[in-house]
Amino acid sequence: MNEKFFTSVNLDADLCKGCINCIKRCPTQAIRVRNGKAEITNEFCIDCGECIRICPHHAKLPSYDKLEVLKDYEYTVALPAPALYGQFNNLDDVNIVLTALKRVGFDDVYEVSGAAELVSELSREYVHNHPELHPIISTACPSVTRLIRVRFPNLIEHLLPIKPPVELAAELARERAVKKTGLPPEKIGIIFLSPCPSKVTAMKSPLGTEKSNIDAVCAIKDIYTRLLPEMKAVADDPEELRISGKIGISWGTSGGEASGLLVENYLAADGIENVIRVLEDLEDEKLDNLEFIELNSCNGGCVGGVLTVENPYLAMVKLKRLRKYMTVAKSHVEGVVAEEDAYWTEEVTYEPVFKLGTDMKDSIARMARVEELCEHFPGLDCGSCGAPTCKALAEDIVRGKAREHDCIHVLKKYIHHLSDEFSKLDGE
Amino acid sequence: MSDTIKLQYTVSTDDFTRAGEASGDVKRKLKKMGSAPEVVRKVAIAMYEGEINMVIHANGGTIDVEITPEEILMVLQDSGPGIADVEKAMQAGYSTAPDRVRALGFGAGMGLPNMKQYSDEMEIETTIGVGTKVTMKVFQT
Repeated sequence: MNEKFFTSVNLDADLCKGCINCIKRCPTQAIRVRNGKAEITNEFCIDCGECIRICPHHAKLPSYDKLEVLKDYEYTVALPAPALYGQFNNLDDVNIVLTALKRVGFDDVYEVSGAAELVSELSREYVHNHPELHPIISTACPSVTRLIRVRFPNLIEHLLPIKPPVELAAELARERAVKKTGLPPEKIGIIFLSPCPSKVTAMKSPLGTEKSNIDAVCAIKDIYTRLLPEMKAVADDPEELRISGKIGISWGTSGGEASGLLVENYLAADGIENVIRVLEDLEDEKLDNLEFIELNSCNGGCVGGVLTVENPYLAMVKLKRLRKYMTVAKSHVEGVVAEEDAYWTEEVTYEPVFKLGTDMKDSIARMARVEELCEHFPGLDCGSCGAPTCKALAEDIVRGKAREHDCIHVLKKYIHHLSDEFSKLDGE
Repeated sequence: MSDTIKLQYTVSTDDFTRAGEASGDVKRKLKKMGSAPEVVRKVAIAMYEGEINMVIHANGGTIDVEITPEEILMVLQDSGPGIADVEKAMQAGYSTAPDRVRALGFGAGMGLPNMKQYSDEMEIETTIGVGTKVTMKVFQT
């Protein structure tokens, strides 16, 4: 089932204290505290994970599958994200991780970085063939694609219409597994070992593809502890399983995808606030002469995802060291994937979820009311009403989701007024 | 209820880091009002160029914006030096921006030409030593 708007963030209501940390941090103002608990509006959420990072009470929970999900399938293939390799100390051979994954319980492995090299190759061609669409914007980070879909309609045509590496890896892994085992495709479990819950949303509600080939998304932090002893056991004699080189591994950190395109004029931004700034400037045509823009919602790129263990900047160093002596690329498009199968099959269209009214006239009236309400509010953006800013509260009011007296300062004034009236009555 | 929303912005003096605040705010509002993406784009670019011009040449000024279901009207007013030769200023590549401004990447001589290109109607009233008033319109459909 493809729900149009899905969020991978769940709330543990028992742990939520109703504080204002998450509402303040959310880059799309998708969270409100109502009745003392944080509530997410799915349409506004882009799965960036910022609320999970900031919540001091650990009440925001990323949704992902437990490793027990392996039991649901007759044959399982692990899809390790390149960010996984950045979690370990002194790792000098990716095969150690891959062989250990098989000992943990997977029947086979398919490196996402291998598929990433195919995407790099295809992107190079696409970027070269479409100068009229420059700069092409990367679509590997699902949070960024989601953000553009709801907030930057003018940039949709710039999106790279190629499946993200993990999706392509899932398709190729299933194909290979069917061939190898003769099992029907549904008996095979394609399990992504992910640095972030955004990929859970990409699996359940993909953009660009009708249905995802990924069956489950497990967390890097869960597999991490299971891998350590197995890696020790196979360190001396790992199987040769890797299918990627420098270019593929580089995708795990910010700038990796862009550098794999071998073009000079590219920009790579990471961290959701920085991403938004770049998109705003791009929309206003302030960024000239760029061929490609890589954007990652997390600081440092995928290594900064909330499901990882290691400090993202240390993980970056480790990946850099790991790829130093690798060949440039090990996977190539020819003979592996038909070009048309790697492209999006569904169009991504603008979803104006932030629209205030039903039509322009209604919207103008509501916007005028928002401006008027903002004049009444103190402009402290204190968050006590449950909305991140006074303006957000005003918008909630015109959407019928809040009341003026939700502002404690307005309420205080009102109570003062009432008590004055009462004392007047008393005097009479 | 009124069919018009009126907004006023003050463009501050000589502060490039703040140029774009007004056009950015209008852009976000138009998106929330459901204006067509192309309309939002035209307004954002035309108004940003105007804002930058006011910072570079005129020590800031004010921008009045009126939004109706039919059009977006922008009136940019400053009490700067005025434009000596409007026709020349409208030519792509012509600029009187000082070197320190060019060093920041501005002053390419595309300000007024871009404002003209991205607005549906534009009018300039200017008096040397008094100031300049630029009126731009972008139609909603």
